[in-house]
Amino acid sequence: MSRTGLLAQFKRTLQTASVTKPFEKVLIANRGEIACRVMKTCRSLGIKTVAVHSDVDDRALHVRMADEAVCVGPAPSSQSYLDMQAIVNAAVSTGAQAVHPGYGFLSENCKFAQLLEENGISFIGPKERAIQAMGDKIESKIIARAAGVNCIPGFDGVVEDEAAAVRIANEVGYPVMIKASAGGGGKGMRVAWNDSEVKEGFKLSSEEAAASFGDDRLLIERFIDNPRHIEIQILADSHGNCIYLNERECSIQRRNQKVVEEAPSSFITPEVRKAMGEQACQLAQAVDYQSAGTVEFLVDSQMNFYFLEMNTRLQVEHPITECITGVDIVDEMLRVAAGYPLSYSQSDIGINGWAVECRVYAEDPVRYLPSIGLLTKYTEPSVQHNDSKLGVRCDSGIVEGSSISIHYDPMISKLVTYGPDRTSAIERMERALDEYVIDGITHNTPLLREILGNERFRSGDISTKFLEEEYPKGYSGGALTALQKGELVPSVAVLHHLKTNRTPSDDSVNYVISCDEEKVPVTVTLQNGKYSVTFEDKTVEVSPTGGTHGTLQEFKLDSTSVVPLQHLRFDGVTHTVRYRCCKRDVTVLTPLQQKYMDTMPVKVKEDTSNLLISPMPGSLSSISVEEGDEVLEGTEVAIVVAMKMNNSLKAPKSGKIKKIWAKVGDIVDGDQKILEFY
Amino acid sequence: MALSRFYIPCHALVKLAPQTRTAVTSVVLERLEQKKKEALLGGGQHRIDAQHKKGKLTARERIEVLLDEGSFVEWDQLVEHDCIDWGMDKTHFAGDGVVTGTGTVNGRQVFLFSQDFTVFGGSLSAAYASKICKIMDHAEMVGAPLLGLNDSGGARIQEGVASLGGYGDIFLRNVLLSGVVPQISLIMGPCAGGAVYSPAITDFTFMVKGTSHMFITGPDVVKQVTNETVTQEELGGSAAHCSTSGCAAGACENDVHLLLQTRRLLDFLPSNNQEKSPVRPCSDPAEREIPALDNIVPNSPISPYDIKHIVEFLVDEGDFFEIMPDYAKNIVVGFARMNGETVGIVGNQPLVAAGCLDINASVKGARFVRFCDSFNIPLIILEDVPGFLPGTQQEHGGIIKHGAKLLYALAEITVHKLTVITRKAYGGAYVVMNSKHIRADVNYAWPSSEIAVMGSKGAVAIICRGDPDLAKREEEYIDTFANPFPTAKKGFVDDVIMPRDTRKRLCADLKWLRNKSQKNPWKKHGNIPL
Repeated sequence: MSRTGLLAQFKRTLQTASVTKPFEKVLIANRGEIACRVMKTCRSLGIKTVAVHSDVDDRALHVRMADEAVCVGPAPSSQSYLDMQAIVNAAVSTGAQAVHPGYGFLSENCKFAQLLEENGISFIGPKERAIQAMGDKIESKIIARAAGVNCIPGFDGVVEDEAAAVRIANEVGYPVMIKASAGGGGKGMRVAWNDSEVKEGFKLSSEEAAASFGDDRLLIERFIDNPRHIEIQILADSHGNCIYLNERECSIQRRNQKVVEEAPSSFITPEVRKAMGEQACQLAQAVDYQSAGTVEFLVDSQMNFYFLEMNTRLQVEHPITECITGVDIVDEMLRVAAGYPLSYSQSDIGINGWAVECRVYAEDPVRYLPSIGLLTKYTEPSVQHNDSKLGVRCDSGIVEGSSISIHYDPMISKLVTYGPDRTSAIERMERALDEYVIDGITHNTPLLREILGNERFRSGDISTKFLEEEYPKGYSGGALTALQKGELVPSVAVLHHLKTNRTPSDDSVNYVISCDEEKVPVTVTLQNGKYSVTFEDKTVEVSPTGGTHGTLQEFKLDSTSVVPLQHLRFDGVTHTVRYRCCKRDVTVLTPLQQKYMDTMPVKVKEDTSNLLISPMPGSLSSISVEEGDEVLEGTEVAIVVAMKMNNSLKAPKSGKIKKIWAKVGDIVDGDQKILEFY
Repeated sequence: MALSRFYIPCHALVKLAPQTRTAVTSVVLERLEQKKKEALLGGGQHRIDAQHKKGKLTARERIEVLLDEGSFVEWDQLVEHDCIDWGMDKTHFAGDGVVTGTGTVNGRQVFLFSQDFTVFGGSLSAAYASKICKIMDHAEMVGAPLLGLNDSGGARIQEGVASLGGYGDIFLRNVLLSGVVPQISLIMGPCAGGAVYSPAITDFTFMVKGTSHMFITGPDVVKQVTNETVTQEELGGSAAHCSTSGCAAGACENDVHLLLQTRRLLDFLPSNNQEKSPVRPCSDPAEREIPALDNIVPNSPISPYDIKHIVEFLVDEGDFFEIMPDYAKNIVVGFARMNGETVGIVGNQPLVAAGCLDINASVKGARFVRFCDSFNIPLIILEDVPGFLPGTQQEHGGIIKHGAKLLYALAEITVHKLTVITRKAYGGAYVVMNSKHIRADVNYAWPSSEIAVMGSKGAVAIICRGDPDLAKREEEYIDTFANPFPTAKKGFVDDVIMPRDTRKRLCADLKWLRNKSQKNPWKKHGNIPL
């Protein structure tokens, strides 16, 4: 947190010290990192906390952090975290005065807010009517326009039929976006560039909307090409105060899901910021908004901004706003829910420094497929032991030994770094990611690291199309650069030498280091307790800082650069390391061993072209074919449900099905075979 | 042992007598050089090329990879066979198809033989067998491990019973060396017929995927006798022996990998039965707390978890050398280190068949336990066992006697042995898995343990037969037994410990137990139920 941020908080603490705390006991109707995040603020205010959990979460971190915990049902969230009655019962039985819903689950469910109210429990969030008004895309747009908020040119109403769609599209001007009124998450959304695409899009979107939301109402608006996603955090209380905490830029998205966010935006001017903030407040006041909320805008290259939607909850990426403003947003939400006024006025809010957030997901960085399993190694980048690391915040709800299960969101944590300017925040993030030890599951840190180092990202030239444009074929996995090779080779050479020579004496040993198909001959010399590594006509002095154990090792090269290296495994031949976020197998052999290794035949992998393999672990919810059926390549033949997602498995080839290896209801592993073709 | 009987005198020198001393020397030197050159070429360059083409290294190349560079000292390079039948008198190769000698692995002495497939298909003659016997005798004498690199077509048929006798001599030594020095067999090509009994007796047999095979009778004979059509790979490849028969302890991708893994395994083992378990300098703190273990056992007694995760958290640097990873996966065995000292780990694996004990698991566990005891390697038993696997297949297969092997082995051993009950310890399996009753030195239970005669449902059905409220009784049963207290009360566990403290506690115990001295009553040998 910034100095001014700390000061502001201190000031606020003084102000509130005389006031009684907002509640005695609060129930947090969520899990994972956000439940832990809310509890942290509650704790600091001396508020007792109640956790709810499903039976598989019974020893999750949020449960252990809470003063009390109540099991609200079995693993599927529909039977636990979404079971309103069970949660209300938990609140009543534990005597909680208020419920914080976090994000997701019941956070924007007005029925839940209503049910709590009926039971005399405060909902820590806006009033029911505000949730309802902002939850409906058509209604929210009408309200926004009336409140003087810039809206995307479009038709504020339900599009009746195909002909109307074409007429409206022509009025609005191409390109247009057709989207479901009740929609979200990209479902039922289509871009059309001409009349025939509008006709087709209307049909497909209404079908999809009906299937996904049970509501086929559509709306049409101007499609903003290459936009940025910039949102304004607001806070409003029941005393008529409403302030904006400036913006967050969330343009780096994959499939409409945010990946990297920053605050402030590198793009907008103070004037635009002010205009956006004021319009956001106007909208909030128009619906008598009370609590924290986020007004999302699309911003085009001319800095025209258009209202997108309002999220009536605490947002995932709220920590970056907290970093640059010094405001504890959860604290303010608690105060507002208790009927207190906000502890800040608009003039208290500034922008101090720069904050970046990376969402660390348990998913492979290439295909975005979720990965589940036990976190066999997990250490968050440390904040304490080194001054240069100040400004790292890691919001997580897991510890080493926790499991990422198929039932919930695959987000592992939000890693936030803070610095006086954008560059230092980004550099701290790179360092923090390098030191972040996560193993046992696949995760997206290689992609995050890649984005941070991307020149276009560094220059601030980003849009919501960034990932598609920069990685059209998907992230391909970081190839080792010459610079990186110069760091990795001597570090691994010394690590290997330490591991295989437990009582080292002054000597020179030759090795061949293989990584990424490249073989580098090296000489490791130990003289007077100092290691040096000679390779490719240069000699580097290497000082290891760790022993032979421990995952995160640091190697000082020529007493200048420090190389963080995560050592994950060593099977006697191959070291599995994570270096600059990428997992690599590095083999270290003597030149003689390498000479013979080179003569060994390369074994061909088992032919799997006849098999349909489950790409991820999950439960097999349907198989739509039988043995002996003929199917065409690309036909959906099975569905695996993982992480709340239906993953459609398509026939890898055309042909007749020989055998079905799994049955509906089975829990399948990643790589497990499901069907076999002739 | 005074069994070495086969030294070949070099008569050649005597015949050269009339010539001058210098001339003699130079002729001898020339001849020696010639012979040694021949020996290094084995069966000749074209056969070496054929060996390489199969993806295999030669006998000598394998030794180069296996031993510390330059440490190999060869013996009997000049040995030749003395068979004169079937035209054998016309074909001789220096060394006769096997390379034998001694060298070091990470500085420690080992003895080895490496069969040379390029010479007579690696077939075993009497002279060849004598070479092997010689190094076996020396391995015993100095107390160094014996390594056998097998790549042989079998007996040298031309020599008849002399070859069979050679096998017998080797088998006898394998038996006598068993429990004296570690014996490791590497199958790196064919190993057929009677020859398989040498690896079978040794402590660990490893194979190379795709290029090694073991069987008593090959596919041709199988076809003749039983009319069954089977490939060499299906019959006796690494998959068959690593996952189905349990004859092999593991397999590697290629020759180099196998040889390097063997070096790694040797680092865990003492050189002989007089030595204590080796200690390697280690910076992983003995007092390391492991908070992750506090949450690793799921609350639901029917939810599985991977015992190997627990092993990797517990041991030094997470370094675990698993033995038989693909066979009887419901039990996990292997070597690791605690505070630098080698330990044997035996763990029930809840991930596979709920971690129950069946025939294969019992045999796998028993043999590993006996190896560890032979070589003073302390054992850590991680217990989560719902019992023995029921059913006719198991009963008729002899689970009674096979299960007894594990009981016998764990009861008989005198090396220090520690038990940690992580969750279930039910019925007879509780007693078998290194309980206090069979002389375990230290027994710990985690708070998640349930130690009882049987599971709640079965128990209540018996003791409360006819009770109208069985569900209630079951609840009472769970309250009584699904916790470590009844066992702790009787002193059958020494302490109930927090999982995070397990490493700390075990390391401390291993330290004071290093001087443990325990003797069984004198006997010629016990009679383990085979």
